[in-house]
Amino acid sequence: MAVMRVNPTRMELTRLKKRLQVAVRGHKLLKDKRDEMVRRFVELVRQNKRLREQVEEKLTQALKDFLMTRAVMSSEVLEEAIMFPSRRVEITPSTGNIMGVVVPVIEYREETDEDVSPYPYSFSTTSAELDGAILTLSGILPLMIELAGMEKTCQMLADEIEKTRRRVNALEYIVIPQLEETIRYITMKLDEDERGNRTRLMKVKDMLEEKDAALKQA
Amino acid sequence: MSMYKMGVIGDRDSILGFKVLGLSVFPVTQPEEAARLIHRLARENYAVLFLTENIAKDIQETIDRYSAVPFPVITLIPNNAGSLGLGLKGVRTSVEKALGVDILFGERG
Repeated sequence: MAVMRVNPTRMELTRLKKRLQVAVRGHKLLKDKRDEMVRRFVELVRQNKRLREQVEEKLTQALKDFLMTRAVMSSEVLEEAIMFPSRRVEITPSTGNIMGVVVPVIEYREETDEDVSPYPYSFSTTSAELDGAILTLSGILPLMIELAGMEKTCQMLADEIEKTRRRVNALEYIVIPQLEETIRYITMKLDEDERGNRTRLMKVKDMLEEKDAALKQA
Repeated sequence: MSMYKMGVIGDRDSILGFKVLGLSVFPVTQPEEAARLIHRLARENYAVLFLTENIAKDIQETIDRYSAVPFPVITLIPNNAGSLGLGLKGVRTSVEKALGVDILFGERG
């Protein structure tokens, strides 16, 4: 690991030691965050997969039913029949927070009284297949909305986990080793200077004593 | 009427049924048309957009543009020809991104 280009001074050493402290602390925190996010993610994504498989299966079937409806009814009659929906769904989107990630939360409410028929048409001109198709579709819709929210949450969580993991790795394998290496380098350099200084002082002292001795003899 | 709406985008035959449930239905045939539509609906406070896979497969970059913000939520659904597996692939991509390995789909071979 490369040593940073710094002046080997005491001030720099103090500064680097502080930075190392911060980096180690940050690394620990980020690692904890990552672990917790992964735990939550695994939980969520399992549900997500199950839900998606369920929705896809049911929806494919419902859409096939609807296709049958289209086959037995003329387009005009069908479009006219469903032109004015009697039901209205209302969603209230808000945001939640999972480990600092802002995720969508969708609340779903059907805005229709129970006694209003879900079928906005008279039965005389339409086929029975249409009734069935609409009934299944309305049963799937809440699942679809749940899936929408959950899938987005998983996706955003995955992005955040990836980012956090990069940060953790950068700290663990680059920043912290680099700081430690540089601190060692400065410490050694300072020690070396100290030794050099001491040797010089001893040498000077020897020389002075020699001079003194020579003067006394004279 | 609530301020936030749900929409369905896809081929006409597949999505018409959602109209009965009170969702806004937007039949499209061309991917570019769908991409423009998504941008427009995103500005118009649509919170949830369901998009059929056969359209979605050609406009992935448009969908990705909204992946970093909570809303609109764009969710892939199969059309009446069946699922292309794109939705599940999205789930798998998330897993691989987050964990590095695929733990959900590998375990069943």
